[in-house]
Amino acid sequence: MAVGNGRPYLSIRNVNKFFGGFQALKDVSLDVFPGEFVCFLGPSGCGKTTLLRAIAGLDIQDNGSIAQAGTDISALPPSRRDYGIVFQSYALFPNLTVAENIAYGLVNLGRDKAAIRARVAELVALVSLRGQESKYPAQLSGGQQQRVALARAIAMSPGLLLLDEPLSALDARVRINLRGELKHLQRRIGVTTIMVTHDQEEALAVADRIVVMNHGVIEQVGRPDEVYRNPATAFVADFVGHMNFLPATRGDSGVVRVGGVELRADLAGVTASSGGAITVCLRPEDVQVRGLQPQQPNVLQAEITSLEFLGAFCRAELRLGSAEDLGLAADFSINAMRDLDLRIGKMIPVALPPDRLRVFDAEGSAHG
Amino acid sequence: MKRTKDKSLRRSGSVAVGALALAVAFSADAEAKTVLKVYTALEEEHMPIYEEAFEKANPDIDIQWQRDSTGVITARLLAEKDNRQADVVWGLAATSLMLLDKNGMLDAYKPQGFDQIKDQFKDTRAEGPTWVGMDAWAAAICYNTAEGERLGIPAPASWADLLKPEYKGHIVMPNPGSSGTGFLTVSAWLQLMGEKEGWGYMDKLHENVNSYLHSGSKPCKSAAAGEYLIGISFAYPGVALMNEGAPVQVILPTEGIGWDMEATAIMKGTPHLEAAKKVADFSASAEANALYNEYYQVLARKDVAAKVPENYPANEGDMLISNDFYWAAASRDAILAEWQKRYGSKDAPKS
Amino acid sequence: MTDTSLRTAAFPASRAIRPIAGAEEWVQRLLIVLLACWLLVVILLPLTVLFRKSMENADGAFIGLANFAAYFRDPALVQSLFNTLTVALITTVITIVLAFGFAYAITRSTIPFRNFFRSIALVPLLAPSLLPGLALVYLFGNQGIFKSWLFGESIYGPIGIVIGEVFFALPHAVMIIVTALSAADQRLYEAAESLRTKPFRIFMTVTLPGCRYGLVSAAFVVFTLAFTDFGVPKVIGGQYNVLATDVYRQVIGQFNFQMGAVVGLLLLAPAVLSFAVDRIVQRKQVALLSARAVPYQPKRRPAIDTVCLALCILVSIFVLSILGMAIFGSLIKFWPYNLTLTLAKYDLSVGGAGGWASLWNSLIMASLVALIGPAVVFGGAYLVEKTKVWPWARMAAHFLAMIPLAVPGLVLGLAYIFFFNAPGNPLGFIYATMAILVVNTVGHFYTVCHLTAVTALKQVDAEFEAVSASLKVPFYKTFWRVTVPVCLPAILDIATYYFINAMTTVSAVIFLYSTDTKLLSIAAVNTDDAGNTAAACAMGTMIVAISAAARLLQLAVARALRTRTQAWRGP
Repeated sequence: MAVGNGRPYLSIRNVNKFFGGFQALKDVSLDVFPGEFVCFLGPSGCGKTTLLRAIAGLDIQDNGSIAQAGTDISALPPSRRDYGIVFQSYALFPNLTVAENIAYGLVNLGRDKAAIRARVAELVALVSLRGQESKYPAQLSGGQQQRVALARAIAMSPGLLLLDEPLSALDARVRINLRGELKHLQRRIGVTTIMVTHDQEEALAVADRIVVMNHGVIEQVGRPDEVYRNPATAFVADFVGHMNFLPATRGDSGVVRVGGVELRADLAGVTASSGGAITVCLRPEDVQVRGLQPQQPNVLQAEITSLEFLGAFCRAELRLGSAEDLGLAADFSINAMRDLDLRIGKMIPVALPPDRLRVFDAEGSAHG
Repeated sequence: MKRTKDKSLRRSGSVAVGALALAVAFSADAEAKTVLKVYTALEEEHMPIYEEAFEKANPDIDIQWQRDSTGVITARLLAEKDNRQADVVWGLAATSLMLLDKNGMLDAYKPQGFDQIKDQFKDTRAEGPTWVGMDAWAAAICYNTAEGERLGIPAPASWADLLKPEYKGHIVMPNPGSSGTGFLTVSAWLQLMGEKEGWGYMDKLHENVNSYLHSGSKPCKSAAAGEYLIGISFAYPGVALMNEGAPVQVILPTEGIGWDMEATAIMKGTPHLEAAKKVADFSASAEANALYNEYYQVLARKDVAAKVPENYPANEGDMLISNDFYWAAASRDAILAEWQKRYGSKDAPKS
Repeated sequence: MTDTSLRTAAFPASRAIRPIAGAEEWVQRLLIVLLACWLLVVILLPLTVLFRKSMENADGAFIGLANFAAYFRDPALVQSLFNTLTVALITTVITIVLAFGFAYAITRSTIPFRNFFRSIALVPLLAPSLLPGLALVYLFGNQGIFKSWLFGESIYGPIGIVIGEVFFALPHAVMIIVTALSAADQRLYEAAESLRTKPFRIFMTVTLPGCRYGLVSAAFVVFTLAFTDFGVPKVIGGQYNVLATDVYRQVIGQFNFQMGAVVGLLLLAPAVLSFAVDRIVQRKQVALLSARAVPYQPKRRPAIDTVCLALCILVSIFVLSILGMAIFGSLIKFWPYNLTLTLAKYDLSVGGAGGWASLWNSLIMASLVALIGPAVVFGGAYLVEKTKVWPWARMAAHFLAMIPLAVPGLVLGLAYIFFFNAPGNPLGFIYATMAILVVNTVGHFYTVCHLTAVTALKQVDAEFEAVSASLKVPFYKTFWRVTVPVCLPAILDIATYYFINAMTTVSAVIFLYSTDTKLLSIAAVNTDDAGNTAAACAMGTMIVAISAAARLLQLAVARALRTRTQAWRGP
């Protein structure tokens, strides 16, 4: 994917949107590149849907601009923009068949019937709904309805595909299958796509880039692995994946003090001065329990206080030996469990690798 | 298919407009004849007979009736004072017409055959008559003979009889506020007995009255149906019910009876003045008076020999008091206010 | 890439956006303006004129509140106010108790024929409000079959009014309370029972609180109906004056339009109050029932079921005997002296006040209303609910659409005379035509229809318009191709509601009809006024029959519709 190269397909600049006294979008700027699959990720009320609806012209921003394919579309009504959209509810027309739903926009263009039939057949095949053409939406499963909505949205070959929580109404298993198909389909037709979701796993799975939003502000834009591994803010760290947050104070020269223990960590970008309050973050899967080297830094004694079997791994609650009230979640593989005979009450040495520790100022403001 | 659907899209707009136009069309005749709006309080069953006779004589005029009871039609005419709808009034109480006249709503016109109208039946002022009478209807007592027999209460013969204690709770009469008959009855008592005595009479009568009803004919019909023993009303409904076999007797009290005229007038400002005059002429004609005589005994014209309708009290003409319509019309507001003050707040009917 | 690098791009920052309105938006704005104008003309302007009239003297000069002062100095008129409050309160108490018991029986007991009982309770909706009055004359009048039951009291007065109003208001209360009681969560009862709560305590702590908003709402509806109804007191009120008959008498009998306007406004006041309270209550009721609630399944409770059955039978007898007596009365040759059965009273050409023409007028009027009403109401509700243009205009239209619920028909009719008959009103040409009756009736019953339409539209996916716009299909095509078919059952409901109300209404149109446009319901009032109770019963019965036919037709069409659209509506 040629991300970051060439001219952006969609340019969002300094967009603000108010609902009464509530500011839903605060000076949001973003570029989306041709063919990209971008996810807006964030908790409900973070502004991701508002931003999508501003792009669609459904709730036009109060100020700031949006340009699509080089044209300023900021003030255009939805009907004069170029996109297809899939809503969480799918908004399928219940009294029209699958084929009629898909052909809805095409018929209005006044294309001849044979051309429409051919295009509908093509789309039906694309979303694997052959044989369902004459059924009504109510006769389809949720996943099938979602495909119909998708086919309808891309029927007119729009320049932009907008997906507003398209998978959230589905069962977990269907959702996982469909998101794969969605990604595959998007690759095939190459349409620039924006998907809104609150499900970080979904965003990580399908997106070329993730835009993490909170309180109307973009917290971070980046590839899934970047966002996961290098969360720009404590919020992103918390929202994407599981994360331990340990209250700490800044020590001298690359040292943080957690409870009674001093740990080495990368303090770049931390503004707190020595002795200032900071937060140290660590993902549970980064807690190292096997293959500890004798000179390895940041090794602590910990007591396993609880174990939760989660199938492929176990999540352990650890109490760090030196501090009574300092808890830490750690994920251990089933192999490690067996090999090290881990059980509740056992004291074990664990390492908190310095390169996996992320440090933020205590208020949660982050370095970039 | 598609095109027809698209067309009907604006249905919320165009259907409404179209249907409204349709509704207007329903109410307006598209004929070339002169259409006259005639307001009336005539009995429903008399109207087609009068209309047919008139339109036979005047084939170029089409009558469009606006009918209601005396009170309603008078109220409507007054409400439309600044937005006149009616061209002619044919068949409304003279006191009501005087009220309209007082508001300057009537045109003076002396119809053909005006000389043949009895003096008491026409507006005799020098500046020309604004209204001309047709016939008289007069107060009467309807008495249910079957109920009377069952209760052992004899028929009254006079207004004074109605004060007798045995009639307590058995009398209904029209409310003068809403009924023309009610008003003419009250105004007659005041004229017969004088104001003080008249109100005194009504105070005592009030003790015996069960209810004041809103129409002039209902007391008689209620009496005929045995709902009440005695209804103060006018003769016509009693006679009609008697002819149908109801156990009812129509009594003209010996002291004399109040009465009013059905009368005709031309509305000032009508664009169809000539046609309106034709109605006034016809209404005052001997031919029309003969038609009135099918239902009423006392007629406006001197030269029509009035016959007595079947079962109609023969002496009605002799019993009429000499009614001062101008006084009645002028005092109308005051009388109604006084009546309302004295008897209007009766909570519940006496049983 | 960071935000700072983006901010330096070629676009000027902080530019206020003025959305460009496309052709469709302009069409929507035009329609919204038309809707608002329509609502202004049919509702607000007439009421404004009525207000002004109440502060004028007979010559049209402004005299402030002098008319009101005069009103409160007149003991007879003040007595009417007191009387009206009395009967309305008593009616409310009796109706709510009966309706609650009845609704409880058909939602919470296992008695047989619950649907049948429910239909019986709704029968009064099909009748003009003077019908119970007429029937009571035959049942309890001085020649009535059950006169002795009143222990010497007269039916003409508060007793008759209250009985008639209970009949008239019962279905409204039953419908509201049934809805409230249906929204019960089985799990609450299971929880209460698992805690071994006594049945009476369950009733007091779960059942009653669960439907208290419904009860309050029903109480206000009944109070307003009883407070403003004209038909019942007109027929059976006797000397017991109430405000509704006062308005009529002030205007019709005493030509006192100003005082009529004053009484009209008094009539409006409590209705407005109850309307306001009702709105507040409605707002609180939102989401009483969570989506996961389990519908209540009544269990057999022999003792309670027996009481429920007895109550249902009693209420049904009450309703049916009133309707039956009106029908019977219409078939009697000459009550009480000649009890031969005859259909003669159904021959409207004989001595009737309006003749067959009034029947045709009613049918034409009701049909036009059933045609125009749903088109205007549904189209209007769509604009209010589904478009995005001019929020203030849509809110204004919605607010205007709510007003008629608080305006008694009599007041609206009076306001129409003053407004449409005012000199210089360019709309004056519809005065005394069928058009004014249609316009008035559509306006008079606007609110319930509007709310029905809004409710139906709320259930339609909120994004159809957005999807349609993204597919470049104009909104009106989607309206016609999707929204209307999806909402057809509701539209049918609205049409039937309009038709039946247009057949039965008396109060608003009694000031507005002309001889050419006299309606059957008005003919029935006039006929009774003239003392022909049996003929009035015949007319009332005809109205019931036509309304019932309309309702049955609706049920048949709805069923056919369900069968045809089952494929896409789902089970």
